[in-house]
Amino acid sequence: MTAVALEGAEARIGGTTIWRDVTVTVELGEFVAVLGPNGAGKSTLVRAILGLQPLAAGSASVLGRPPGAANDRIGYLPQRRSFDESTRIRGVDLVRLGLDGARWGLPIPGPRSRAAATRVDEVIALVGATAYAGKPIGELSGGEQQRLLIAQALARRPQLLLLDEPLDSLDLPNQAGVAALVRRICREEDVAVLLVAHDVNPIIGYLDSVIYVAGGTAVEGAPEDVVSAETLSALYGVPVDVLRASDGRLVVVGAPDLHGHHAH
Amino acid sequence: MGGSWSSARPTSTGTMLTSSVFTGLSWNPITDGRALFTFPFMQHALAAGTIVAVMAGVIGWFMVLRRQTFAGHTLSVTAFTGASAASLAGVPVLIGYFGICGAGALALAAAAGTRRNLSTESAATGSIGALALALGFLFVSLYHGVLNGLDSLLFGTFLGITSSQVLVLLVVAVAGIAVVGIAARPLLFASVDPDVARAGGVPVRLLGLGFLLVLGLSVAETSQITGALLVFALLVTPAATAQLLTPRPLLGVVLSVALALAVTWIGLALAYFSIYPVGFYITSLSFAAYLVARILA
Repeated sequence: MTAVALEGAEARIGGTTIWRDVTVTVELGEFVAVLGPNGAGKSTLVRAILGLQPLAAGSASVLGRPPGAANDRIGYLPQRRSFDESTRIRGVDLVRLGLDGARWGLPIPGPRSRAAATRVDEVIALVGATAYAGKPIGELSGGEQQRLLIAQALARRPQLLLLDEPLDSLDLPNQAGVAALVRRICREEDVAVLLVAHDVNPIIGYLDSVIYVAGGTAVEGAPEDVVSAETLSALYGVPVDVLRASDGRLVVVGAPDLHGHHAH
Repeated sequence: MGGSWSSARPTSTGTMLTSSVFTGLSWNPITDGRALFTFPFMQHALAAGTIVAVMAGVIGWFMVLRRQTFAGHTLSVTAFTGASAASLAGVPVLIGYFGICGAGALALAAAAGTRRNLSTESAATGSIGALALALGFLFVSLYHGVLNGLDSLLFGTFLGITSSQVLVLLVVAVAGIAVVGIAARPLLFASVDPDVARAGGVPVRLLGLGFLLVLGLSVAETSQITGALLVFALLVTPAATAQLLTPRPLLGVVLSVALALAVTWIGLALAYFSIYPVGFYITSLSFAAYLVARILA
């Protein structure tokens, strides 16, 4: 089954077209990064897949259903979430909320409750957070919090993970660590992952493909093909260079957005 | 002092009661313990205090987690307005408490709206609180209130509680705790992680409104024991202490209730055997517990 299939999709917010003619396909077990400059519509793409942003044109299918109809099989991690020190709740509680936090009534002790606790321990072990899951979430580092949030998104065995800038607040080794973890989850659990990222360099080695959102549309392809002078020049409509630095990092030069997303 | 509880016109029965039953400590725990439960007014006070403490402990834990203590404070100020308006209008003060706290909760929800900017929300919340306090003071002035009335409205009393009032407190507390119990998990989810909760199908806005209403009810209940200004002693301090001591949700709620009960019972006993107001004791005991927890944590 195809996890995400958009064809000729267009998104409009308040009469302004964010992107159009977007055709992308993500299969189960694939790890795909969503790249592009600020404001190009990366989060809008995620919201469209969740059914929170209706399409103005084109068609979309998410896990074989219209967007929004299969959200119970999607694990979603929104942008820029962190918990400050005064948040007095344990990591394990937060992960548990991802499993049955939407249920009404109090949890009744019994086999179902034990199964839930087992699943929570399982996903916490999967992201390697067992050592600190019992601590209050606000006392953990950004990387530790992010791992627990990924565990929370995985709790209900989703077939599709949407991670909106999960690497944003992390240092480079932690970015690579989380990317390696996501890739492993992809393969082991056969989950499709769409990860919105700012900087492709720490994660490029783990990706199956890249969706690059810019210039009012998006292209999809293998990382090296998409993050290339040819593709990006066509996408932005102006000449763009992709340079390889001596340490192997890709640096995009000349893109209209001057923030230099790959030049960190 | 009885006036704030039972009827529109405060009388001096409270004071008279105190002087006629006040015997002081005999320093014999059995005699003193029995003395606590001898008089119906004290039985009613203990029953009311117990109900109020349980509700405040539960709702307060969620309020502190949701960082809505400022909303709670504003509601307690409106509780004073409601009680003084009821006194002026000659209707039971209980109606004033519950009516105005419900209305206040709705006003706060409307002020919060869909905005997520906390500072905007605080300014609106504070403005509502200031208006409520001013109106309450106006009503008390218009009423040519005996100072006793104002004192107990603001700082609490435990005298003159009737059995029917205890029943009202019980019904409201059971209803409020039941609502929070049914919504416990989605409310916890919406409180700590609203974006993901919303994506997972939790009605975050509706829960926020519902919680404010339940919070209004608990403030109305609590302010009848501690007075409008000392609501925090039962609603915030035990919950904040519990959250300092444990990050476990269930254990936290249980601890919060236990602390609220302990300070209420001890506070009532101390007030019974002394001439100082109950609000003072409950507040001081809560604060002492909080201080100890801060040092330990």
